[in-house]
Amino acid sequence: MSGVAEMLTISDTQFPSRLFVGTGKFASSGLMRKAIEASGAQMVTVALRRIDLDNPDDDIMQALDRDKIHFLPNTSGARNADEAVRLARLARAAGNTNWLKLEVTPDPRTLLPDPVDTLKATEQLVREGFIVLPYMNADPILALRLQDAGAAAVMPLGSPIGTNQGIQTAMQVEIIIEQARVPVVVDAGIGAPSHAALAMEMGADAVLVNTAIAVAGDPVRMARAFKAAVEAGREAFEAGLGAASKTASASSPETGLPEANLDFIVS
Amino acid sequence: MNIQCNGENRTVDAGATLMDLVTAMDLEPKTMVAEVNGTIIEHSAFGERTLKEGDRVELIRFVGGG
Repeated sequence: MSGVAEMLTISDTQFPSRLFVGTGKFASSGLMRKAIEASGAQMVTVALRRIDLDNPDDDIMQALDRDKIHFLPNTSGARNADEAVRLARLARAAGNTNWLKLEVTPDPRTLLPDPVDTLKATEQLVREGFIVLPYMNADPILALRLQDAGAAAVMPLGSPIGTNQGIQTAMQVEIIIEQARVPVVVDAGIGAPSHAALAMEMGADAVLVNTAIAVAGDPVRMARAFKAAVEAGREAFEAGLGAASKTASASSPETGLPEANLDFIVS
Repeated sequence: MNIQCNGENRTVDAGATLMDLVTAMDLEPKTMVAEVNGTIIEHSAFGERTLKEGDRVELIRFVGGG
């Protein structure tokens, strides 16, 4: 044991921070930039959309320093594999990167990922040379299938996107972590630093947080709180947590008590 | 000459390129990508793509997202 935190590696790239941050829903680009800086995150997700021709100055790329930040375009908005592949190709052309967070969400109400089309799109995009990180439901079998298809990491959800409901899928996420040969990034639903710490204590390799930081009263301080939580959770995992039990186990010595009546202590 | 750009009708000069269109709208080509009639055009090729009557152009770039 070196006592030094292990570095996260995805597809031969090392990331000092295990906190990934999304860039949606921030009140301004300035606030987003400060929050990302405070979070310490290197991996930052972005989406791809038509340029708003009535507001052409609103360019997120001007607010992000690509020398410091590893760009992870997503395919949000894709409802099936074909749409996801199209967005992926556009993202590669626009961003000059082959990294991709694959999202296929046919149902706008739940934004839950389509497992069949996510697998199909992963197979296709891996063939095209993309480094694919698929957003997926917390299904251990699907995680193995995506890994076998060449996914560089898997991104199981804690709860649906933007719900702040935390890790509702803990049992399945634990199995995914236990079985995975690729990094496991818990994505979606992480609403509080404690949720992020829990995922990290479980042995997740990283977490992705967007809404919880972006819509906080003070996004910069919340980003700092998530940074501390992710570091604490990871440190605890690497340190090795004690086993849980139903009955007590005294922390203080159970022998060597003084002979006399101890009433005076409580009186 | 009439084209469609991001779903809106637009008039451009005959012989105008994609680069002319983007420059006229004061957009930074380096951080965007275009699709013309469903085919991806990287920003480095904007100057070589001459627009034709009825072209459907999509101008796309990154926005905040999770």
